[in-house]
Amino acid sequence: MTTADLALHGSPHAPPRGLMRWLTTTNHKDIGTMYLVFSLVMFFVGGAMILLVRAELFQPGMQMMQPELFNQLIGVHALVMIFMALMPAATGFANWMIPLMIGAPDMALPRLNNWSFWLLPPAAALLLMPFALALFGVGSGAIATGWTFYAPLSVQDGMGLDFAILAIHLLGISSVMGSINIVVTVFNLRAPGMTFMKLPLFVWGWLITAFMLIAVIPVLAGAVTMLLTDRHFGTHFFNAAGGGDPILFQHLFWFFGHPEVYIVLFPVWGLTPHILSAFARKPVYGYRAQVYAFWVIGILSVIVWGHHIMTSGMSTGALLYFMYSTMSISLPLSVLFFCWIATIWRGAMTFEAPMLFALGMIVLFGIGGLTGLVLADAAADAQYHHSYFVVAHFHYTLFAGGIMGIMAGVYFWLPKMTGHMIDEILAKWHFWLTAIAFNLTFLPQFFVGLAGMPRRVPDYALQFAEFNMLSSIGAFVLGAAQLLFLIVVVKCIRGGPPAPAKVWEGAEGLEWTVPSPPPHHTFQTRPVIGE
Amino acid sequence: MSARRAISMLLGGLAVFGPASARASLDWNLPPPATPLALDTLHVHNTFMVITLTIFVLVFAIMIYSIVVHRKSRNHEPAAFTGPGTAAQIFWTLIPFLILVFIDFIVMGIPAYHSVEVMQDTRTDADMVVKVTGSQWKWQYEYPEEGIKLVSSLATPRAQLDGQAAKGEHYLREVDNPLVLPVGKKVRILLTSTDVIHTWWVPQFGTKRDAIPGFIRETWATIAQPGVYRGQCAELCGTGHAFMPVVVQAVMEPEYRQWVAQKKAEQSAQAASAQRTWSRDELMKHGQEIYAKVCAVCHQPNGQGIPGTFPALAGSKLVNGPLLDAAGRLVKDGHLDRVMNGKPGTAMQAFKATLSDSDIAAVVTFERNSFGNKMGDLVQPAQVKAVR
Repeated sequence: MTTADLALHGSPHAPPRGLMRWLTTTNHKDIGTMYLVFSLVMFFVGGAMILLVRAELFQPGMQMMQPELFNQLIGVHALVMIFMALMPAATGFANWMIPLMIGAPDMALPRLNNWSFWLLPPAAALLLMPFALALFGVGSGAIATGWTFYAPLSVQDGMGLDFAILAIHLLGISSVMGSINIVVTVFNLRAPGMTFMKLPLFVWGWLITAFMLIAVIPVLAGAVTMLLTDRHFGTHFFNAAGGGDPILFQHLFWFFGHPEVYIVLFPVWGLTPHILSAFARKPVYGYRAQVYAFWVIGILSVIVWGHHIMTSGMSTGALLYFMYSTMSISLPLSVLFFCWIATIWRGAMTFEAPMLFALGMIVLFGIGGLTGLVLADAAADAQYHHSYFVVAHFHYTLFAGGIMGIMAGVYFWLPKMTGHMIDEILAKWHFWLTAIAFNLTFLPQFFVGLAGMPRRVPDYALQFAEFNMLSSIGAFVLGAAQLLFLIVVVKCIRGGPPAPAKVWEGAEGLEWTVPSPPPHHTFQTRPVIGE
Repeated sequence: MSARRAISMLLGGLAVFGPASARASLDWNLPPPATPLALDTLHVHNTFMVITLTIFVLVFAIMIYSIVVHRKSRNHEPAAFTGPGTAAQIFWTLIPFLILVFIDFIVMGIPAYHSVEVMQDTRTDADMVVKVTGSQWKWQYEYPEEGIKLVSSLATPRAQLDGQAAKGEHYLREVDNPLVLPVGKKVRILLTSTDVIHTWWVPQFGTKRDAIPGFIRETWATIAQPGVYRGQCAELCGTGHAFMPVVVQAVMEPEYRQWVAQKKAEQSAQAASAQRTWSRDELMKHGQEIYAKVCAVCHQPNGQGIPGTFPALAGSKLVNGPLLDAAGRLVKDGHLDRVMNGKPGTAMQAFKATLSDSDIAAVVTFERNSFGNKMGDLVQPAQVKAVR
């Protein structure tokens, strides 16, 4: 309870206490907090699942589980991490920081905001419930097709798949509503003088994410609904015998799936320059270039989906088109990398935990980006595709680029949110353990993938044994290191040295002008942005 | 973990950073190419890896220099620039961008274009055609010109998977009937599937292509050297996904002709055996073999199935129900109908596509008289043939 909260008690603006405060809240900070806590919980749920998988893969042979359960764990791990850990974390930041950054009193549509969040726990319950039901002999467990739902395997699958479809619908509705809220807020509630080309880059990144979500989530919703009707109502969208086409599903899925990568990454790319600039004590380099690069990547992202299905037997023309268009994404992306490095160039850097995570993110995401460039080549892709090479590649983008970026954001903004400084020593340990264990986990996966190990297999040939053992050891250390993250976050919420309004020496922006933590209602009078 | 294993692991870990000749048992790059396509792909892959590694090292050397030098603890005064100011600076920011354009579309783009052309050229001067059909969880190979059909499924015994027996050298990458191909011939490979999407992958051929139910996809291979080439299904296709290896045995042309002749003779002998009446013991013995190979993956060796996923055969109403009516026609949704025609939308496939008349007769007989089922009746191959 903060002093600002206490001052509000008895006034009509005071929040209700206890559970009702969280159920009924329309306050952007409360909702942001709930998003972040939900994300943290689901991060550990998804992580625990994959540790079971890595335990099974520790050595060849079937030791711990049957393939049925294995196939469920890999798919649910992915769905949980993408839809319930990464995306809600980014939305939590958006809720907390966008109004503070643009000088708005709150989000534009507060009730919608509340509803967007409260759709998430039921979605998580739907996705995970089939595991519990199977224990009681109902159904065969959760979705077992991997997170990609490919028909006709998904037409065969048990009722866990129906649960997953309904979960996807709830998550989709939540994302679209959240996105509408962000677009409306940014368009309408900017402080006087805050023109679009003065928006902080984090807000720009989120604005484009929001537009992309509104564009592609309905396609996913349509695709999984078609799947649902194929399963239960006798349609044949994806059944060749009835005039359908299984590959149609893949096109629809990846029309959503590829932009989804950038949906997850744009908020991180947006917050990275804030951190770099703060700890290099130097203004952001190439602001305009970064905004334009965001736009270009956003547009390219919806026209390159075919590179996910290059082995499905496309025509030569389609292969070449998807190959060259995918390669061209490296151009705007290189602009971002250039600007990031130019931002720290000739600065006066210090290396607090947020800066370590941001720099680590850039280096490791660099590996993800460069392997992506190699994957674009349609002929070589035939060797990489469906193999562990791809698994390693997308963990370098989504764990290093996504989750490590989110962690940089947590350490950067947590003092602002709680009013307490973080435990720097533990946070630094967390960074180094994470960075080393991450590489120990995923670097060997590039090698086994090249040597010919396919993904999504519960057992493998003996030639892959050594690298898999290394990878499993890395995964356990990586998992254990995240307990440090939990400790730092909980410690920071419960206490610690008080944080000033301007938490970091070099931080710039409206959010650093309000006290830490900000009062329940920020900006009683509208700030005005000068030149 | 044995000491030998630990040492090889350690050596391998070092060898990742050393020359290829120093490798112990660790394979960390694409395997040695066996076809022109694989050779081309390997060349492209190695080139791209060198290019991307160079970019990585250069870019992050700059970044690390900055991290080391431009730090507050060294009293470095922060600059205040926010973008390229002078014309010279704009020029220098454009240079890396233009280099990347050149790398993307010329240095990488042209070889990539060439390799795509090679990969897609499945038909020019093809010497023979092989049709590959994936089904849960085995491959069926057909030689349309020779009239030969064979089913290729995992040969690794279950005991090795469960750790009750030592794992063999080719654990999970061995089959009962490999695909036999002649070396030096351009083989056009047609792919399809009977149930879900599978992917036919032999890393040393540089070829990986989806097998899609209801559609034909194609790829090709001209194998340079005799030998055994191993791969496996690469697209998640259900519980047996890890257990459907691809094994290709490449032989010299005369040996190949000999194999074809032998296969043809085997198939006509099999057709003849389907004509005669089998004894109960023969049917039960053959049925047990087929059951272990084909059915036990799902319905389990003890016929109990997996509750909620795969139905039990022990005490099953369907197995203990009728097969054929008085006129010798299939009873719809009866035991034989289910085995021959499968159940759409489930993992139970139409086995008439992959099993012979004798196989089906034997396995149905076996199921009706095992796991506590005591139907006592026999099914003869001729009866199966009549209802195909």
